[in-house]
Amino acid sequence: MSTATQTTSSPRSSAPSGIPFSRLLQVEFRKSWDTKASFWLLFAIGAVVLAAEFIAAIVLAVNDDGQTTVDLGTFAGVAGFVCQLMLPVVAILLVTAEWTQRTAMVTFALEPRRDRVINAKLGVALVWTLVTVVFAVVLGVIFNLFYGAMGGSVSWTGSAGVVGFVIIQCALMLIGFAWAALVLNTPAAIVIYYAFWFAVPTILAIGNQLIGWFDNVSRWFFFQEATGPLYDGFWNMSAGEWGHLIVALLVWLAAPLILGLRRISRAEVK
Amino acid sequence: MRRVGAGWQAVTMIKVEGLTRTYGAYTAVDDVTFTCEPGRVTGFLGPNGAGKSTTMRIMVGLTPPTKGRATIKGVDYHDLPNPARTVGVLLDASAQHGGRTGREVLTLSAMTMGLPASRVDEMLHLVSLSPSEAKRRVKNYSLGMKQRLGIANALLGDPEILILDEPANGLDPAGIRWMRGLLKTYAERGGTVLLSSHLLHEVEMIADEMILIGRGKILAQGDRAALLAHNTNAVETLATSLDNDALAAALSAKGIAVVPAGEGLRITAEAVEVGRTALEHQIVLTDLRSGDGGLEELFLQLTADTQREGVVA
Repeated sequence: MSTATQTTSSPRSSAPSGIPFSRLLQVEFRKSWDTKASFWLLFAIGAVVLAAEFIAAIVLAVNDDGQTTVDLGTFAGVAGFVCQLMLPVVAILLVTAEWTQRTAMVTFALEPRRDRVINAKLGVALVWTLVTVVFAVVLGVIFNLFYGAMGGSVSWTGSAGVVGFVIIQCALMLIGFAWAALVLNTPAAIVIYYAFWFAVPTILAIGNQLIGWFDNVSRWFFFQEATGPLYDGFWNMSAGEWGHLIVALLVWLAAPLILGLRRISRAEVK
Repeated sequence: MRRVGAGWQAVTMIKVEGLTRTYGAYTAVDDVTFTCEPGRVTGFLGPNGAGKSTTMRIMVGLTPPTKGRATIKGVDYHDLPNPARTVGVLLDASAQHGGRTGREVLTLSAMTMGLPASRVDEMLHLVSLSPSEAKRRVKNYSLGMKQRLGIANALLGDPEILILDEPANGLDPAGIRWMRGLLKTYAERGGTVLLSSHLLHEVEMIADEMILIGRGKILAQGDRAALLAHNTNAVETLATSLDNDALAAALSAKGIAVVPAGEGLRITAEAVEVGRTALEHQIVLTDLRSGDGGLEELFLQLTADTQREGVVA
């Protein structure tokens, strides 16, 4: 709009410039903790992780047979397990709260380019994942030191597990996000996520047991199996393992995400 | 406030052209065309379900139109770089996260628009939400408070256009008067206001222009005089006197139709004619007024076939 010849007689001396993405990120980040529900959810995740770490440390100490070696991944893994259950709910709420609370009417009136808002939300989901990862790793280090100080045998290896944990954590957060974008309903999205995390692997495992050929099919979308090799370092993965991983991510993440983004960009907001 | 500078062509603030929105076989908005000009309050008037809200949602890009186009200052809402700085929007005061405080709601909007936090305080003050009220969560707000918060949100970006859907909903009489003053002043400073209501009285008191809509179609538009000219009904006057029978007889003698109405008479003639007749017969009038019902009559008449209630004769 602005030209070099613009003078002071311009009707809009304060012609508004667009909203930079960084500002949308800030706003969406703030929205992720500024309600009672989201704040206590994040608080609860932190508290439960901490409690789980203490329990893990106590159990390890009590059962210490002198041969168990605790490495960096042990405690980080405990934190990761808890986060895998609860953190995607944060991502789900980021999306669905706009629809269930009808704030989308305001959000998309402020920034009608809806894809930018959704991208900012995706960014926030990843920020929270990274915060969790750092939190988990720091806890891992602290509890390693704590366990070592208690006389346990500690090893500082296991970084491949941490890298795998980061990748899987991001993927799970995005899967929660993707399904939330597709169904735009909090309870439904949470149910789908837990079904994906608990019911689907159980059913696939039963199928694998009962039907001889099923294993060959299911490994393409068995998320837990497909992501398993990541814990040993993605740099060690075979071509076949990569194939399974990519297909599983396409099925569980990319497909619902693309459909969900399409839905949001076209939906009527009431 | 802002003025269109020399050398610039005047841009129509809001322009709606042939806007249509269908849901399956149902047509919510049917070929709606109108414009809103700066310095004027335009009232969008129609019964519930007439298509006012759908039209407004299309204008701000929340609902895609089936046909037609709505532009703000000549461009689609989607193409406004930071739209809330140009158009203040309040579509539904209840569409807020109940878990956020009033202040937080405004803070998020101010952050998005790139405004300083001080602007939030200014707006809270403007709509008379006290600091303690601003700290309360929106779910504990009355509808009137939510409405004030919504108006604060709409005004936050110092826009030159306001689009408000039923802004008086839930406000108490003092609140309605306050809002009327606010919007009048806003328009006098050069702002453009489009507000909707299903209450004629509300719109009549504030709007310079009115658009009557029913079943998705525009039934009439223009200022008060133009709308009343639209009213093709014979002129009626309501009169009450100390001797209604004598007055009725005198009028009938002149060939004027008279029917009893409540405590007085409904007369098919101008008030001046009734007054003259009363004077001639030395009858004391205690009440004399135009019986055309003003805009209300017109409104009911125009929307008669679109009302849910059948018209009670």
